Amino acid sequence: MTALQQTGWADRFRHINTGRWMVWGGYALVMIAAPLLWKSSLSLTMLTQMGISIIACLAFNMLLGQGGMLSFGHAVYSGLGSFFAIHALNMASKGQITLPVSLVPLVAGGFGALFAVLLGFVTTKKAGTPFAMITLGVGELVAAMALMFPGFFGGEGGITGNRVQGQPFLGITYGPQIQLYYLIAIYTFICTALMFAFTRTPLGRMLNAVRDNPERVEFIGYNTQFVRYFAFIASGFFMGIAGGLAALNFEIVTAEVVGATRSGAYLLFTFLGGAVFFFGPIIGAVLLVLALVLLSELTQAWLLYLGLVFTFMVMFAPGGISSLIMMNLRVASFGKLRPLIGSYLALAGTAATVLLGAAVMIEMVYHLQLNEALGPVMKFMGASLNAKGFDTWFGACFVMLVGLVMFEMARRQFVKEWGRTQEEIERLIKQREAAT
Amino acid sequence: MDVSYFLISLLNGLSVGLLLFMLASGLTLIFSMMGVLNFAHASFYMVGAYVAYTITQAIGFWWGLLLAPPIVGLMGAAFERYALRRVHKFGHVPELLITFGLSYLILELVGLIWGRQALNFLPPESLQGPLFTVVQLPEALQFAWGSPPEVCKTVAGAICTQFPSFRAFGMGVAVLMLVSVWLLLTRTRIGLVIQAALTHPDAVEALGHNVPRVLMLVFGGGTALAALAGVIGGALRVTEPSMALAVGAVVFAVIVIGGMGSLAGAFVASLALGVIDSFAVGSDSSLADIFKAVGLGITPDTFGYVVWSVKMSQVAAILPYLLLVLILIFRPKGLFGTREG
Repeated sequence: MTALQQTGWADRFRHINTGRWMVWGGYALVMIAAPLLWKSSLSLTMLTQMGISIIACLAFNMLLGQGGMLSFGHAVYSGLGSFFAIHALNMASKGQITLPVSLVPLVAGGFGALFAVLLGFVTTKKAGTPFAMITLGVGELVAAMALMFPGFFGGEGGITGNRVQGQPFLGITYGPQIQLYYLIAIYTFICTALMFAFTRTPLGRMLNAVRDNPERVEFIGYNTQFVRYFAFIASGFFMGIAGGLAALNFEIVTAEVVGATRSGAYLLFTFLGGAVFFFGPIIGAVLLVLALVLLSELTQAWLLYLGLVFTFMVMFAPGGISSLIMMNLRVASFGKLRPLIGSYLALAGTAATVLLGAAVMIEMVYHLQLNEALGPVMKFMGASLNAKGFDTWFGACFVMLVGLVMFEMARRQFVKEWGRTQEEIERLIKQREAAT
Repeated sequence: MDVSYFLISLLNGLSVGLLLFMLASGLTLIFSMMGVLNFAHASFYMVGAYVAYTITQAIGFWWGLLLAPPIVGLMGAAFERYALRRVHKFGHVPELLITFGLSYLILELVGLIWGRQALNFLPPESLQGPLFTVVQLPEALQFAWGSPPEVCKTVAGAICTQFPSFRAFGMGVAVLMLVSVWLLLTRTRIGLVIQAALTHPDAVEALGHNVPRVLMLVFGGGTALAALAGVIGGALRVTEPSMALAVGAVVFAVIVIGGMGSLAGAFVASLALGVIDSFAVGSDSSLADIFKAVGLGITPDTFGYVVWSVKMSQVAAILPYLLLVLILIFRPKGLFGTREG
């Protein structure tokens, strides 16, 4: 009797996926707790921006990861969303329309979707490489237009607004940054959940099919162009929301938010985070803010480092950081990670050596190029280096070359061990299959 | 619109169009052979200009014109061999992404090596003057070689428009390059192998040709053509780090408008865009003026007056993209394209 009851209970709760609840609960918890852990105003600013870029990168990945569509002009939708958000905000503060500040991002999302309906109709006529080229052209078109109509886009100075307006609701004025952070956190959580839900809808599944085998999808009777089009509109909606939140956060919108640089940043970091897995762009978005805020402060050569990291990532790990994580989780789940730790340490140590040598040289070149007036002596990680001295160049070169040789040795060792581990895992999987 | 203005605008447009085609031809060849859109193509154009500038400073312009394309071509071939070929197995998106990453790197490296300011890269002394001058007198149209004739100063109503020698030289180089590439592709053995590898890479490989090496050759050749265009374009316009982005997006528009993978389409589209751009830049009228001319009154109160009153010269920069959008709506294949999608 009791045994029967127990199985009945278990059946009743079987449809609740504990793992998934834990992941989403943890995600919410991180967003709630983050500003309590990092309290400085810089970290709060960064956390706010991270929330915004998480939405943007996830929306971008709806196309790149799930649809195989590489858009070079996706900042258009977030940027236009920003502009409509700031205009809506200004109209609300003048009393022309009634609109709570919390809902401004939704207006932006609506306009993002509207422009995706208009422009996406043209861009999604093609897939693959032509799609990428056309999005680039449309992006240039909008960016050039933004400078052409200063009445709406504010010209060089941009459009400013004020998010503190109307009656406080439950004491929320959005004056303090922390209140805005929680608004953005709520939007980020809901949008992430919605975008994840999108991947489970029939449309989301068809989008994957269109990415993998468009010809076959056509044979089944679907119109691939419309699948791409609808996904594009959904993506435009979320991009718009991200743009609206950005408008609320910065309270100023300039023409560069629709520009190619912004689009490039979304693309770059979404890819770095990893387009293959749903959570990849979240990592990418966090990196985006870290790079834009911290790395750019730390070194003038940050774009070069970024380009190098990106290029190496495309060449050696096209799944991005998230795929690296998942590959290692797979190894760990078979209990094979421990023997690899030694190789990982060797790889990290030698790579750090290469990086140190290369970084010293790169920084010296940048110093000579940009800060010539300050003289040849520069500071690097606490040490002062003479950028024109033969000994510093020789030392840096030597460190890098030694590092390179050692890295290559460590890499060969690692490749061997990695291959062996994978073989063992394959064997284990086959044994398990045979056992069942 | 007077005749001399029309003539000079047409010639300017053609020279810009030929320059665009030098870029578009390499890009089209690479695209149709490898299925790779070389996002960094315009970056190689920029590197060509910068390398030629450095060589010009050292040993003169002609050496720069001669040496910069092969040097950049070697860089391109090396990039294909060591980076692009590696990601080929991952599919088209990573291939596009790696060239995108390369364009970032090149931009940053060029800024690092040559600085972020515009360089003073000028054509050689012998090509700096005007080639000929179109003199429009009230009653007749005359041409004069070299600098403006005396008539320009003496007769009151004379309109004199000069055509720079270097522009003409650039057009000559472009045409020469076109003809030689065409001869190379159709009349030589390697050209035939390239053409065959375009459509039947497996069969060509089975016949014992090294198709990957052919691909490397085509990539290197395409970047060398871009560099040649860069030498001309850099000396004709400005040599600065933003030159790649400015021209890159237009070249992409050219390729889509002409039809992906079609050399003839790219040719027509580049010339058309060049001429349209040249006339639009010089034009002072707006849509409102055109509507007025056909009898539709457009006043500052009309809805969307901001849009109607924008001058053609302001719109010139976005015309390629507008044309791109129109072509995609009405003829998605492009002008001479054969395949959709």
